[in-house]
Amino acid sequence: MPDLGPYSFYVLTSYGVTLALIFGLVIWSWMRSQRVAAQLKELEEKRQTTQTT
Amino acid sequence: MSFWEYANPVRFNRLATTVLPWSAGITALCLSVGLIWGFFFTPDDFRQGSTVKIIYIHVPSAFIAINAWLMMFVTSLVWLIRRHHVSALAARAAAPIGATMTVIALFTGAIWGQPMWGTWWEWDPRLTSFLVLFVFYLGYMALWEAVEDPDKAADLTAVLCMVGSVFALLSRYAVFFWNQGLHQGASLSLDEETNVADVFYYPLLVCLAGFVMLFVTLVLLRTRTEIRARRALALMRRMGEA
Repeated sequence: MPDLGPYSFYVLTSYGVTLALIFGLVIWSWMRSQRVAAQLKELEEKRQTTQTT
Repeated sequence: MSFWEYANPVRFNRLATTVLPWSAGITALCLSVGLIWGFFFTPDDFRQGSTVKIIYIHVPSAFIAINAWLMMFVTSLVWLIRRHHVSALAARAAAPIGATMTVIALFTGAIWGQPMWGTWWEWDPRLTSFLVLFVFYLGYMALWEAVEDPDKAADLTAVLCMVGSVFALLSRYAVFFWNQGLHQGASLSLDEETNVADVFYYPLLVCLAGFVMLFVTLVLLRTRTEIRARRALALMRRMGEA
């Protein structure tokens, strides 16, 4: 860990908040992507079943 | 193969699925190398002390905040002129990324400003135009959610995007338009005289590449999601009618 001197609070808070926001955005985007993909798959399967019956 | 063929949602999704693992890998590599290099292996500045390390997140996030809106402007224009749904959905997909980057730029700027300028905030032209840009991002996302008809929402948000572009431009050039305010000039420039010292410059370039790749990766992922969500909505409506 580098010696950040009297500014350690400012530097560490900046990095902490930034990384938290980026991780949050990535995880939210990924989870929504998975949820929508599953929903679409289910709907397409339901549609195919309706068409064949 | 023409660029416009990617306006086909199926072709776009195929491309996104192929590119995503690679772009995600390059993003992780650039961000890890850039941030570790900048945080652990660069010296303190003789005036700013260790707060100079904030540059590796503040400058790239501000760059993406402005250029995300520029990308939304171009894709909105494509929607208005050529009516390609993928372009409207790409603009929608980019907005939360741009908004997050604006928050990061505002936050890291404020936290750097306190020890260096002696204030968290100043109604300086660049800071103020950045705050207005953030409000435009919020308004843009709220408008997409508020209008039920997707094509109408795309039209209205595209017009809002055109108007907001003025503030995106102001955020970028405010320092030059008004020769006043606390915010200094560009840290990165093609003109080498205005650049930061090499010891800060190279890790900053790697961080910038990492943030650009993060933006590309998230736009691809989120646009693919928006296309699928649109298809799911169309299917639900069709099945509801049947």
